[in-house]
Amino acid sequence: MRNRLTWLALPVAFAGMAWAADLNISPAAGSTVTATIKQEGVEVESPFTKFTGRIAYDPARVAASTALIEVETGSFDFGDAAYNAEVRKKSWFDSATYPKAKFQSTSIQPAAGGFQATGQLTVKGKVQTVTVPVKVSSSPAGTVFDGSFNMSRKAFGVGDPVWEGTVDDKVVVKFHLVGGK
Amino acid sequence: MATSGTQISLAATHYTRTAVTLHWLIAACVLAALFMGWTMTDMAISPARLKTYNYHKWVGVTVLTLAVMRLAWRLTHRPPPLLPMPRWQKLAAHGGHALLYALIVVVPLTGWIYSNATGFRVVYLGKIPLPNLVGRDKALADTWHEVHEVLAISLAVLVGLHVLAALQHHFVHKDNTLRRMFQWRH
Repeated sequence: MRNRLTWLALPVAFAGMAWAADLNISPAAGSTVTATIKQEGVEVESPFTKFTGRIAYDPARVAASTALIEVETGSFDFGDAAYNAEVRKKSWFDSATYPKAKFQSTSIQPAAGGFQATGQLTVKGKVQTVTVPVKVSSSPAGTVFDGSFNMSRKAFGVGDPVWEGTVDDKVVVKFHLVGGK
Repeated sequence: MATSGTQISLAATHYTRTAVTLHWLIAACVLAALFMGWTMTDMAISPARLKTYNYHKWVGVTVLTLAVMRLAWRLTHRPPPLLPMPRWQKLAAHGGHALLYALIVVVPLTGWIYSNATGFRVVYLGKIPLPNLVGRDKALADTWHEVHEVLAISLAVLVGLHVLAALQHHFVHKDNTLRRMFQWRH
């Protein structure tokens, strides 16, 4: 009896996997990834202009979803060439040595309005586990994933000590990811 | 009656204490903002540069606030008439003062807009967030930067002429024009 059910379940599972084809994430499809820093009380939100990602998402089997987002640290755009050059330096992102920061999910749990993604955040070669609440919605362009999380830039060795006291340690990362086929 | 007579004659020759105080507070803030604005753009990227930009903005917002107070005061309290001088000098004085009033409002405003266009909200004294007048927009930021700079330089030139004119009144014409900016009626 149990065996037969397993066999019956298999095609259903395959169908589910086919449905949950990887969604591609890119700025071209309208996705955005930003980091908000705070300096002397002023929050400044700036975008990463280059990133890629793949999200396998099946609303019927949310726990089987996976996500991988890779962001080019050298694409962070303050809107000012001098500050952009500063943030790519060794003491900050060290974009020459660590061109990419990434988030790789390890566990995705269904939650109201979407899911809770736990995964490994790698920035400047350092790894930390983060948990991010993600809101899922759909738009004509595809499935949309919205969320944000706080991180400590110092935990990743990002930032020259001379900026201590001027730029806050806390950085808010916000994303709006539009999953295209 | 005698008191009233004194009041009238003082009003004809003296500024109010409020007007004099606002004049000098604004003068100090404008000079500070112009000095920071002039030097900060050439500073290397550093916390000092970032802080100077913040202080420049705070001083600018202070100028704007004081300027609005001063205009409100000016509209409700007639200043003493100009001392006797040729017609062209009176015209130049009134024109110059009108431009100075306009610029102490407009220059801080254009700086505020420019800051917002670069994605930086103005947070007065690092504590009071002011509303964003425009959204972040690189092209808009470049335009407002130009406008802010040109108007600020115009303000600096006008301040220079204003000071020269005051000194001329004091040392050449030897009249009371400069002195009465250090006195007030009670």
